[in-house]
Amino acid sequence: MNDSSSLSPDDITDVMPHAGHHHVDTSAAQFLSKNKTKLVLVGNPNVGKSVFFNHLTGLYVDVSNFPGTTVEVSHGENPKYAVYDTPGIYGVSSFNDEERVARDIILEADIILNVVDAVHLERDLFLTLQLIDMGKKIAVCLNMMDEAEDRGIRINVEELSNRLGVPVLPTTAIRKSGFDKLEAHIPQACPGRSDASLHRHLHELLNCVGSQAEGLMVLEGDKVIAERHGVEPGGDRELIYVERRNRVNRLLDKVVTATERKKTLSALLGRISISPIYGFPFLAVVLYAIYLFVGQFIAQDVVGFTEKTLGDRYFEVFVKDQVSAVTGTTIKVEKIGRTAAGGDTTIAARTYLFPHGTHADPVLADQMKAFRKVGLNSINYKYSSALAIIFFGEFGAFSMTVTYLVFLLLPLVLGFYLSLSILEDSGYLPRLATFVDRSLNGLGLNGRAIIPLILGLGCVTMATITTRLLGSDREKRIATAILQFAIPCSAQLAVIAALLATAGIKATLIYTSIIITIFIAIGTVLDKTLPGKSSPLLLDLPPMRLPRARNVLQKTWVKTFAFMKEAAPWFFVGALAVSILQVTGILNMWVNLLSPITTGWLKLPAEASTAFVMGLVRRDFGAAGLYAMHLTPMQVVVALTTITLFVPCIASLMVMLKERGTREGFTIWVGSWVMAFGVGGLVAMILL
Amino acid sequence: MDRATAWRRSKRRIMPTDITQLVDVRRGTRGTILSLPEDSELRSQCIRLGICVGASVLCIERLPGGTIILEASRQEIALGRNLAKQIGIAIG
Repeated sequence: MNDSSSLSPDDITDVMPHAGHHHVDTSAAQFLSKNKTKLVLVGNPNVGKSVFFNHLTGLYVDVSNFPGTTVEVSHGENPKYAVYDTPGIYGVSSFNDEERVARDIILEADIILNVVDAVHLERDLFLTLQLIDMGKKIAVCLNMMDEAEDRGIRINVEELSNRLGVPVLPTTAIRKSGFDKLEAHIPQACPGRSDASLHRHLHELLNCVGSQAEGLMVLEGDKVIAERHGVEPGGDRELIYVERRNRVNRLLDKVVTATERKKTLSALLGRISISPIYGFPFLAVVLYAIYLFVGQFIAQDVVGFTEKTLGDRYFEVFVKDQVSAVTGTTIKVEKIGRTAAGGDTTIAARTYLFPHGTHADPVLADQMKAFRKVGLNSINYKYSSALAIIFFGEFGAFSMTVTYLVFLLLPLVLGFYLSLSILEDSGYLPRLATFVDRSLNGLGLNGRAIIPLILGLGCVTMATITTRLLGSDREKRIATAILQFAIPCSAQLAVIAALLATAGIKATLIYTSIIITIFIAIGTVLDKTLPGKSSPLLLDLPPMRLPRARNVLQKTWVKTFAFMKEAAPWFFVGALAVSILQVTGILNMWVNLLSPITTGWLKLPAEASTAFVMGLVRRDFGAAGLYAMHLTPMQVVVALTTITLFVPCIASLMVMLKERGTREGFTIWVGSWVMAFGVGGLVAMILL
Repeated sequence: MDRATAWRRSKRRIMPTDITQLVDVRRGTRGTILSLPEDSELRSQCIRLGICVGASVLCIERLPGGTIILEASRQEIALGRNLAKQIGIAIG
């Protein structure tokens, strides 16, 4: 009876060859370890999987993009297993990239460690039952037990384990409670009790697809897996899902007793944050708190110290001194003093010439040392060799880029990810997405896009990477365009704010309305013109909870590290490219090319074009150049509008090219130049 | 007769109660899900989160513009306006 009646003998011979080599050609098979037992961690988003992963693997973790995707997969080893972490998913299917990657890794797994949130069983058990239906060896960790207890949720672990047919270990990962039993727990993994009628169906399929797991995917209509085995995808996904959902509900009735508590603070906060009336003030308070922390404390106090003192005064001077020891340099030392008004002023300046480096002329070097010894100095190094300029000059890869990355960007990115992790762990983030959903619909986005948009105010490069979490390619495209065109990053915001402060309230209002108009226009136009449909919002709102410091810190660190690792090379490449353009004179040619447009069309001083091109290096350099030009308030509006609309910096261009592909990336980049000068010119026509 | 009316009539034959679009329900409304979106992936994603035909749900909030927050299978689920338009519910 196991033979499928729907297949003729011809069909069987036709599919037989596929069964023999069924997983040789998948990218997952090549990506994963071949020698050790493959232990794969699977769970819904935010269940604490990473704590398990770190516990099981220790220090040596390798994070890499899954072949053909931008989804990252962490891999580590311990004496017994090759351990893989998968992206957080709601189920095994192919609705998005994360699910496809998780699916492919799960299919290759020897043992699955399924981490389940005890507070969230109704959501998480759907995935657990699906994994069980796949017939894999499974061990379940029932995590966040302490919180479930706090909430009065009582779970009969033994009963749960019996009904699932797999071992269940209660844990509180954050305190490592239960972890002492983990080592004994994993080897007990076994196939669980899958749905009886489903099991029969699967057996019929087993002849054509290598395993029960792949059979289930085919039955659930997964086109990719079906194609891999040359069979038709099944059409019963919904029936299977509904039945599985009902099994979850029945299971919960038997296993969980929740002593319903009175209105808790968490429930109250949850309601307030999505209330049509109180939701907005709540959001305003949260945003203001983030602004105080990131915008004031990090961007000004912390970065002021790290960038100006540690970076410019110690690090760069140290590096440049080493270089000038062996290469021809002109060193200009300026003594900085304080004016009565509190500003900086140059008291004295001396220029030292070292045609063969400071080592070759110890007498002059000693004189310079003596002069530099007292007070504050601003030191300018002018190298004679092109190589020294490229690597250690004003925009050098080993001078400016390191200062920028380590002393400016790192604190900011840490600050932003810390805020984001707190919002995420507290459960506010999905509520925020819900609250703003309708306002973003008109731009062809759903509420989730609020995350990259807010991050963009920190660093557009970081935000562009975050667009990965959006549901469809269409949304990623729209969000990337909006970010690159209309969102000024924090480095730039500071300069914009300073310039607008001198230009007055009228200029500020005009500038702000122009940028907001463009922001809306880009989204609306793209939404109307791009083919396809954006995905609607469909989110589960976890209960609001007090974030745990350790969890938050760990998340912040992991995200920051991943970002620095991914983005840093592009900052170096960018700096190198700009330095080469500078040394070869192309940068100047470009500036000269733009200056007629700048004076004739934008009606700004010719030097402003230098500021625009310098924006390539760092958009704030561009804006900073405008300080010195004594522009009228309306000229400030024109200049700032133009500079905001450019793609922020060369690093964000590089990351965009990588994320969106060369064609789309360059289209957006060229578009931003056209748009910047186009809109800037129009504004100039009206205002000047 | 336009397609929407035809669709409602065809449902009425099977379902005794009136179908309301989920997007139109008010806060505090209880009801039973009668129909899910046409799109198969979207439908499956709803089912995964416990929004299946026959499931009883409670609308715990409706934001201006039509974003709906439901309580279904002991979870809180947020649905965007365009999704809520494609879901039919019998009030009561």
